[in-house]
Amino acid sequence: MKPNFRNWPVLLVLLVFSAPLLIMLAFLLVDAFTTKVPGTMIPNGVTLHHFRFLWTDLDDGSWGIWGVTLNTFNFALFTSLAVSAISLTAGYALSRLAFPARGFFLGSLIVLHAFPTVTLIIAIFLILQLLGLYNTLIGVIVVKAALELPFGIWVMKGFYDTVPWEIEMAGVQDGASRFTVWWQLVLPQVQPGLMAILIFSFLSGWSEFILPMVLAPGTEAQVLSTYLATMLLDGGTQADFNLFKAVGLFYALPVAIIYLIFQNKLMNIYGGGTKG
Amino acid sequence: MRISIENFTKTFGDTTVIDNMSLDINSGEMLALLGPSGCGKSTTLFAICGIHRMNGGRLLFGDRDVTKVSSQKRNVGVVFQNYALYPHMNVYDNIAFPLKVRKESKAEIDRKVQEIATLVHIGELLQRRPAQLSGGQQQRVALARALVRKPDILLLDEPLANLDAKLRLEMRSEIRRIQLQTGITAVLVTHDQVEAMSMCDRIAIMDEGRIVQLSSPKEMYEDPSSDFVAGFLGNPPIAFLEGSVDEAGFRLANSEVTLPVPAGITLPGPGSAMRFGIRPEFFQPDNALKVKGRISFVETQGREELYDVTLENGAVLRSIQTQGGSYRVGDEVTWGIAADRILAFGPDGDRL
Ligand SMILES: Nc1ncnc2c1ncn2[C@@H]1O[C@H](COP(=O)(O)OP(=O)(O)OP(=O)(O)O)[C@@H](O)[C@H]1O
Ligand SMILES: [Mg+2]
Repeated sequence: MKPNFRNWPVLLVLLVFSAPLLIMLAFLLVDAFTTKVPGTMIPNGVTLHHFRFLWTDLDDGSWGIWGVTLNTFNFALFTSLAVSAISLTAGYALSRLAFPARGFFLGSLIVLHAFPTVTLIIAIFLILQLLGLYNTLIGVIVVKAALELPFGIWVMKGFYDTVPWEIEMAGVQDGASRFTVWWQLVLPQVQPGLMAILIFSFLSGWSEFILPMVLAPGTEAQVLSTYLATMLLDGGTQADFNLFKAVGLFYALPVAIIYLIFQNKLMNIYGGGTKG
Repeated sequence: MRISIENFTKTFGDTTVIDNMSLDINSGEMLALLGPSGCGKSTTLFAICGIHRMNGGRLLFGDRDVTKVSSQKRNVGVVFQNYALYPHMNVYDNIAFPLKVRKESKAEIDRKVQEIATLVHIGELLQRRPAQLSGGQQQRVALARALVRKPDILLLDEPLANLDAKLRLEMRSEIRRIQLQTGITAVLVTHDQVEAMSMCDRIAIMDEGRIVQLSSPKEMYEDPSSDFVAGFLGNPPIAFLEGSVDEAGFRLANSEVTLPVPAGITLPGPGSAMRFGIRPEFFQPDNALKVKGRISFVETQGREELYDVTLENGAVLRSIQTQGGSYRVGDEVTWGIAADRILAFGPDGDRL
C-alpha cells in the first residue's frame, strides 16, 4: 500500500525538534558509564564507578538509595491506588447518578484540574502540620492523590459515559444487583481507562518533586527526586555531576520501562475516554 | 401471567407523561403498544419491568402486587432496542449471565443455554462475541438471554427497529413463533403498524400518554374509534375528506358535492364539521358512489398500483388497485366509493 503522502518530511521535522532532547539523553547515557578528562568532550574510559551509590553508602545522611527508592515506589504506588479507587467510583457516580449539584461538581473538576498546584502549597503545608502529617510519606501521598483526582475522575467519567445505559438495565433485569452489574458488566468496559489512570498517576507520583520537597523535607520521607536535588544543592560547585547523572538514569529507568510496556494502554486514554 | 396496570401515572419532573392509564394484558397473549414517537410506550414498558418507578397506580402480575417490587425480583425478560448485549462476553456467557447470577449449577446452565440456543437458532454462534454478529443474530441472542431463565413476561422495546427490511420480515415471524412456542405473555412496543398488526393478538394504540383504543388488529382496522386510530393503521394510509353536515348529508368543504351518510349514524347538528375516512381499497372504479377527480400521483408497487386522485375541491383520495389499469397522471376519472365502508368522524375526531 502506498501512503497518501510522503513520510520523510514529517519525520524530518519531528527529528529536528526532538534533536536537543535526544542529544541530551545520549549525553546522559554516555556520561553515566564513562570517565573523561575535565574540559574535554570525548570520554576516555568506561566505568561503573558512578553507580557506586547502588552498593555503597554515600554517607550523605540519607537512607541510602534503596530506602529512598522504596519511598518513591510506595509514594507512587499508593498515590496511584488511591486515585484509581476513588476515580473509579466517583466517575461512575458523576456519569450515572442524578445527585444534587452534579453540574457544580463537574465544573469544579475542570477548574481543579487546571488549577496551579503551587499556589495551594502554603495552605496545604499548614493543614498537614495541623493534622500531624507534615514530614510524613502518608501526608504527601494524601496531597498528591487529591491533586491527581480531578483528572482521574474526569477521565473515568468519560469512559463510563460510553457504556450504554441499557447494558446496566439489562443486567438489572437479568437479576443482578447494582453492585454485580457495576463489577461484572460495566467495569470490564472501562478497564482501559482504569489501566491508564493507574499508570499515569503512578508515573506522576514517581516524578513528583515539589510536594515532597516542601511537605516532607526530612530524610525519613525522602524520595528520589528530592534525593537528586539534595545531591545537587549540597555538593555546590564540587557536585559530582557524573554521579548525579547516574542517579538520574537510575531514576528515569522505571519510567521508560513502564512507557515501553504500556504505551498502547496509555494511548487508550485519548482514544476512548476523554469525550465528556 | 396476566398483567394488570391500574391507574398508572408517570411524571418526569413537571411533565406528566402517562396520566391514569389502565390496561389488562391476558395470560399468554402478545400485546402491541403502538403509537407515535414520544407517546409513552417505552415509559409504560419500563414501568412494567421496574426500571421506572410508578408515580401513581398499581401493577399486578397475576394476583401479585408488584408495584413496589424491585426489577430483579419481577422475573421479567426485556429485549432492548439496541439489544444491550454484554460486549466483553461471548454469546454463551451473555445467555448464561442471568443463570450465573442465580447461582445455578454449571451443568444446569449448560443445558438451558443449549436448549434456548436451539430454540432461537443460534446454536453455532455460541463462542462469538456480540461484535462478530449481524443485527439479526444479535437480536436472537438478546431474545435468548431474555428467555433463558423462563420469565413470566417478555417485553420487547422496538425489537426490529434496527434491522433491514428483509430481516425485519423474518424476525417478525420468528419472534411470534418463539412467543407462541413458549406461551409467554409478551408486550411489544412499536411505532410500526404493520409490525403490530402482523405479530400481536391485540393492539393498544397510544397517543399522548393515553390508550386510545384496545382491540384485535382486524377490529381496530375495520372499526377504529377515532380518526387518529384510522390514520395510524393501514398502509397506504386512509384518506380523509373534510366537510360539514348538511340537509343532504355530508357536504365536502369548498364544494357543492354532497355524499350520503352511511346508515346508522347519528349526525351532529347541521353545519358542524365532519370527516369521512376512506381506505384505498374501498375507492375503486367499479363502486357505486361515484366521485370525479384527476389522477395526481401514481406509484407502482409491483403487484399493485397506488393512485392519488385529487377531487375538484382539492381533497385527495387514495386508491390501490391490482396492476393493469394503465391510468396516467392527469387522467380524469370517475371512481366509486364503497358507501358501506365509509368511516365517519365527528368534529372532535371521534367515530360517529
Ligand atoms: N428520563 C426522562 N426524563 C424526562 N422526560 C422523559 C424521560 N423519559 C422519557 N421522557 C419523556 O416522556 C415522553 C414519553 O417517552 P417514551 O420514551 O415513553 O416515548 P416512546 O413512546 O417510547 O417514543 P419512541 O417511539 O420515540 O421511543 C417523551 O415526551 C419523553 O420526552
Ligand atoms: Mg421508546
